[in-house]
Amino acid sequence: MSIYLLIEDSYHQVKRWHHRYQWVKACQPATMRFPKLPNPGLDDRIPSHQELERMEKEEAGDRPKWDNKTQYMLTCVGFCVGLGNVWRFPYLCQSHGGGAFMIPFLILLVLEGIPLLHLEFAIGQRLRSGSVGVWTAINPYLTGVGIASLFVSFLVGMYYNTIIAWVMWYFFNSFQNPLPWSQCPVNANLTGLVSECARSSPVDYFWYRDTLNTSTSIGDSGGLQWWMVLCLLCAWLLLYVCCLRGIETTGKAVYVTSTLPYVVLTIFLIRGLTLKGSLDGIKFLFTPDLNELMNPSTWLDAGAQVFYSFSLAFGGLISFSSYNSVHNNCEQDAVIISFINGFTSVYAATVIYSIIGFRATERFDDCLEGNILALLNTFNLPEGNITEGNYAESLQNLNGTFPEIIQSLDLKTCDLQTFLSQGVEGTGLAFIVFTEAITKMPVSPLWSILFFIMLFCLGLSTMFGSIEGTVVPLQDLNIFPKRWPKEAITGIVCLVSFIIALIFAQSSGNYWLALFDSFAGSIPLLVIAFCEMIAVVYIYGIDRFNKDIEFMIGHKPNLFWQVTWRFVSPLIVLVIFVFYFVTKVSSNVTYIAWNPSSEDFPTLEVLEYPAWIYVIIFILAGVPSLVVPGTALFKLVQRRCSDKNVYGAEVDTVSAKVQMYTTEMS
Amino acid sequence: MEEGCMINSHFLGISLFMRCLRMLVRILVLLYLAGAPALAQTLCQPNASNGYKVRISIKTALGNQAYEWNENEMFLFRATMAFAMRRYYKTETYNVDNIIMCNQTLRVSFWFVVTSPENSTMLIPNADVEKAVSMSRHRINNAFLLTDRTLEFLGIHPTLAAPVNPDTPPWLIVFGVVIGAVFAGIIALLVSSLLQKRRKEKGMMEDGQDEEDRQMKGVENDNVLDGIYNRGFTDDDRFTKL
Repeated sequence: MSIYLLIEDSYHQVKRWHHRYQWVKACQPATMRFPKLPNPGLDDRIPSHQELERMEKEEAGDRPKWDNKTQYMLTCVGFCVGLGNVWRFPYLCQSHGGGAFMIPFLILLVLEGIPLLHLEFAIGQRLRSGSVGVWTAINPYLTGVGIASLFVSFLVGMYYNTIIAWVMWYFFNSFQNPLPWSQCPVNANLTGLVSECARSSPVDYFWYRDTLNTSTSIGDSGGLQWWMVLCLLCAWLLLYVCCLRGIETTGKAVYVTSTLPYVVLTIFLIRGLTLKGSLDGIKFLFTPDLNELMNPSTWLDAGAQVFYSFSLAFGGLISFSSYNSVHNNCEQDAVIISFINGFTSVYAATVIYSIIGFRATERFDDCLEGNILALLNTFNLPEGNITEGNYAESLQNLNGTFPEIIQSLDLKTCDLQTFLSQGVEGTGLAFIVFTEAITKMPVSPLWSILFFIMLFCLGLSTMFGSIEGTVVPLQDLNIFPKRWPKEAITGIVCLVSFIIALIFAQSSGNYWLALFDSFAGSIPLLVIAFCEMIAVVYIYGIDRFNKDIEFMIGHKPNLFWQVTWRFVSPLIVLVIFVFYFVTKVSSNVTYIAWNPSSEDFPTLEVLEYPAWIYVIIFILAGVPSLVVPGTALFKLVQRRCSDKNVYGAEVDTVSAKVQMYTTEMS
Repeated sequence: MEEGCMINSHFLGISLFMRCLRMLVRILVLLYLAGAPALAQTLCQPNASNGYKVRISIKTALGNQAYEWNENEMFLFRATMAFAMRRYYKTETYNVDNIIMCNQTLRVSFWFVVTSPENSTMLIPNADVEKAVSMSRHRINNAFLLTDRTLEFLGIHPTLAAPVNPDTPPWLIVFGVVIGAVFAGIIALLVSSLLQKRRKEKGMMEDGQDEEDRQMKGVENDNVLDGIYNRGFTDDDRFTKL
């Protein structure tokens, strides 16, 4: 082992002198060797360029292939564009200075998103394997990175499909007029509305009671809700039918699931622009507040959003890219997909906020109307005496003459800006705010059906990548016997995920999902992405990587890629990780709960997690992150142990065998 | 002479008495005529225990087609209320006079009370009026082209429509359709996979059999010439010159 290292070392030294001499002559920074860690045996583990050419010509049949480039692009776009583009980006945009948020978002898209995407595409295309295969080929000690991707894909896939189950529940309930969340149900003896609904709102009641039947805390599990179990079953079966044969079936499904959201968004944009108040919403969204750029959390949130929005570090993108032909232009693909993703975020934000503007205006009008009615009734003034126009001065006049009566009326302050900034994100946006806006539009069931079909397609196309990132590593790790068909493995993955995801069908399921969302899908991904970049640049060798890309697409990656891959992107990911980690660890971990008997109802109650939750948090965030060094350690120990066994055993060489043969013959 | 005086004073007493009686009756009649509306006024008072306040919002309900609220509309209201009372008690004794209104404002709001047709000083209690109004609420609303919200009887809650409970919830029907399609898809794909695999295996087996047959043929029948020509047995020495 040590002799080999010495030889390699001196070889590298000679090359280094040679290159330095060339550098002095030609002054080209690209020829200077970039420092890298020793990585013996790399050439044995990966196919060489000649082998790749041969495989390309012979079309070695075992590995699946894309039917055409469109399928590949649509699958990648579908994986990247997901629910986060619709319900996280608009909220971030609006809360971090509107139009000004575009600046950090676009800068970090270019410096962080595109390089990472290109890296994953290129390494997948070059090494022609899923995540575990790729990292094991680069260095066996890096298998942990692939296994961590497997865990994260599995955990995120579980809770993501539950959100799809919720979307399906709302979709099933959209086929009736009036929509069930447009009015409160009547109580048992028909004297009035149900108290919980009357105190909050019909949409809140339908979400928290009819859909989730939520309990008051995460510890109170409340049993399985049968309707949720049915919807969850439907979601997993539908996913199974689309992923049954891998990219053969998903490749056909993405023609619908990746294109339909854009059609629906356009329909909603046209509908939204014809509604009153929509332009107020769009103006509110994009009004720039450049002071927000000074706030570091704006940049942090932008970086995190770019990172999560690209579905990096799941392993799915590496897998999809490995089914391409070797000379596919992955650089162009990365740039195109990045810009489509960014454009979709901005487009979806426009549509969402046009509808939110409409809703805010409706709420404002209702609030004002309520106040005006109260004034008319109390002072017995004829109708039309007080309108929206003269409300302010009429109120002032009346307040001047009858201040005590005005006080006793307890009029609400109606401010459009307050209603607009009640911006919500996540499930609250889709299932509460947007559904309320839909009930106020004419022909509500149609808009509801369209909206939930769009959310369903967005979620399903992301799930394809998740399943790919779970199934392919399982095959690479040979967990299941090789002769088991892909259909069976996918079926087992779906079944196990469904059974574990029954946690989310309990009364406390919503709180569990929020827990998974905060911890399983955040810190491990940052760790994996950082390790990926270090692995490719320093362990695989950026110079070798550059040559590979030159072989694949015909030209070497230019200075932009070199700088971002070597320094900028890893640094950005590291900074985001450190800040995330520090804020999560230092802050008190709390969650918000729906409790009808709390004082501030309908405001959600802030509760602290019970102590045993920290074990779950460790499993979600800690285990995938620790698998990376853990597997390396395990492999080290394994190698040491096997070395000890071989130590002192027979030397198995050709000469020894020949000797034995000749002795036998003689 | 003394007898004539006594009869005269007697007659004087009776005529005085009659005059007094007539005046009393006149006063009573005047009082009654003057006091009847006053009596009615005391029956109908704002915040009376047996009356209801009505609030009407015509402009909100009808917008441009709003009609003006005047005495004729008031008359219609009294007629409608009398109709409601008749319908509730199933008698034909109630009349427009039994509905007394007061305290009308520009908002358009007013108070009304219902008197009993037998005794005009007796008011019908609140509970009965409420039941009568609830029973004919729909007809009252329609008479004025208004709704429960725009023709408010303060204190009488609009009856809530009983919830319509379909036999199967509509969402189950859609769920059934979707899951049926999914099951059909899964079965179709699995069966086609199995068939494909079986076809491939059969194809490979047949190929293998063909080769074997050919070889067998070549060995068994020396005369058969459609065996595979085996180059290993040719005499190459003619061609290679060392």
